[in-house]
Amino acid sequence: MSLFFQLPVVIQMALKGLAVICVIFPIAGACSMAERKVCAWIQDRPGPNRAIPPWFAWMPIVGPALQKLGAFQLIADGLKFLFKENQVPGHVNRFYFVAAPFLAMIPALSTVTVVPFGAYIDPSGHTVPLILANLDVGILAVFAVASLGIYSMILAGWSSNSKYSFLGGVRASAQLISYELSLTLAVIPVFLWINAPGREGTLGLGRAVEFQSQPGFWGGSWFIFIMPVSALVFLIALFAETNRLPFDTIESEADLVGGFHTEYGAFKWGLFFVAEYLNMIIGSAVFVLLFFGGWNPLPWVPLSAVAGWFGLAGHPVVLGFVSVCIFLAKVLFMIFFFMWVRWTVPRFRYDQVMRIGWRILLPLAIANLLVYAIGIALIQH
Amino acid sequence: MAVKILRQKPLSLAEKVYLPQVVAGMRITLKHMFARAQTLQYPEQRPEIPPGYRGVPTLVKDPNGREKCVSCQLCEFVCPPKAIRITPGSVPEGSGRDHVEKAPKAFDIDMLRCIYCGLCQEVCPEEAIFLQNQFSMSGYSRSEMVNDKGRLYEAGGTLPDRHFKWDKKRAAEEAHSPHA
Repeated sequence: MSLFFQLPVVIQMALKGLAVICVIFPIAGACSMAERKVCAWIQDRPGPNRAIPPWFAWMPIVGPALQKLGAFQLIADGLKFLFKENQVPGHVNRFYFVAAPFLAMIPALSTVTVVPFGAYIDPSGHTVPLILANLDVGILAVFAVASLGIYSMILAGWSSNSKYSFLGGVRASAQLISYELSLTLAVIPVFLWINAPGREGTLGLGRAVEFQSQPGFWGGSWFIFIMPVSALVFLIALFAETNRLPFDTIESEADLVGGFHTEYGAFKWGLFFVAEYLNMIIGSAVFVLLFFGGWNPLPWVPLSAVAGWFGLAGHPVVLGFVSVCIFLAKVLFMIFFFMWVRWTVPRFRYDQVMRIGWRILLPLAIANLLVYAIGIALIQH
Repeated sequence: MAVKILRQKPLSLAEKVYLPQVVAGMRITLKHMFARAQTLQYPEQRPEIPPGYRGVPTLVKDPNGREKCVSCQLCEFVCPPKAIRITPGSVPEGSGRDHVEKAPKAFDIDMLRCIYCGLCQEVCPEEAIFLQNQFSMSGYSRSEMVNDKGRLYEAGGTLPDRHFKWDKKRAAEEAHSPHA
């Protein structure tokens, strides 16, 4: 431990970042398999359950269990993406075509830095969030960087030189820009409430969780109870932002073949795929932090209470681990929720998507903001 | 033709809001998530073949172990894709079935051509060719996909016979010559 703190700050940060990537990347990969399994279970199928390397087949119980869960199918698919011929079609704009998948990965991975994923209690009794960069701009940084992800879709759609890709790219830009408004407006009431007069102003996500871990009925309740409409609008907009069904007009394999990544294959396609899941993870994480109490295990039961019961306050490593596990469990449930909805609801038509975004969600978000702004002003005066 | 005009029911409030519908749908999918899988685990579990199934055509022997085919070549002529090729031959002397007119010297069914129509089975006067239960047929080469006489009999086996036509013929001949 102390050896780690003796290292130069830059190397410390790099190691922390690598550690986070080493956790989040496999989760994103595992989500793709979870997607197939959840889909299969919902459709009364067993899902991928065949692939197994021989040395695992020799293991008595673990091997077959992993085989049933499709763990090796995941590895096989990943390796296939890696070793497939990495071809570029002849009719594309090569530079942007190759750049697009990397541009998809960059915002997906950089938003992780401002998302806290756990907390521990330091000797002075303060709850310190575990975060790569504890910026005050928090949520703004997430929105700003995440919205750069559109560029990868537009570039991919345009540089592919194919009508399907192009339509997918156009739809992507229209849809993402439309729903970003509602997404942002839905979050404002939360931060109006958090930044009460006399407190230090911040847009950090850690503060949102801190606010949901206060004692008392109102202090301990999660924001989903205080601001259900915000949560609903945020969730729906999140579905649209991450291109998940019922809002995946962008991929829309029925009419656009594959949307903006029609012309992609092998590892470049895999990057788009992982970026989509990373976006889902980050989106779910932000939703959990803002509305589901972050690393607090239950509403009205903050992490510090759990630490008190089990005497974990003096063990920052153990408590940090527990809080990360609680947080990850919530995020994974959210991802399951995404999949659950995906295999339940059919896709909206493109015009329906636009109508929902502009005529229903946006007015709802604005009305919600006005009501809460007036209410919060009255309460806090 | 009478035209029946169906009036679309106006959507209820819950249907307009759509979210309750989504929740109802999610309840159904959740129920299915914990239901038993309906999948047949194919190579280990085999499907039950219904009677009258038209699988790979085979040649059958009668309960006495004699080949029933008399190489009349009707199946060869009726076969729409011309998958069957028969070389007729005579029954060897002293085989115990000399009273049968003929037997095929070679009998090939090209399974790359066969369309599983079952006309050969329908046309056969001796009930010697049957489309049985084998539903998957694969091979690594074209020649492997041609079933020769040996393989056809191996796949066909023996089927119960109701007529014993050639036994009756022999009995009739041994009792008295019908043409005498």
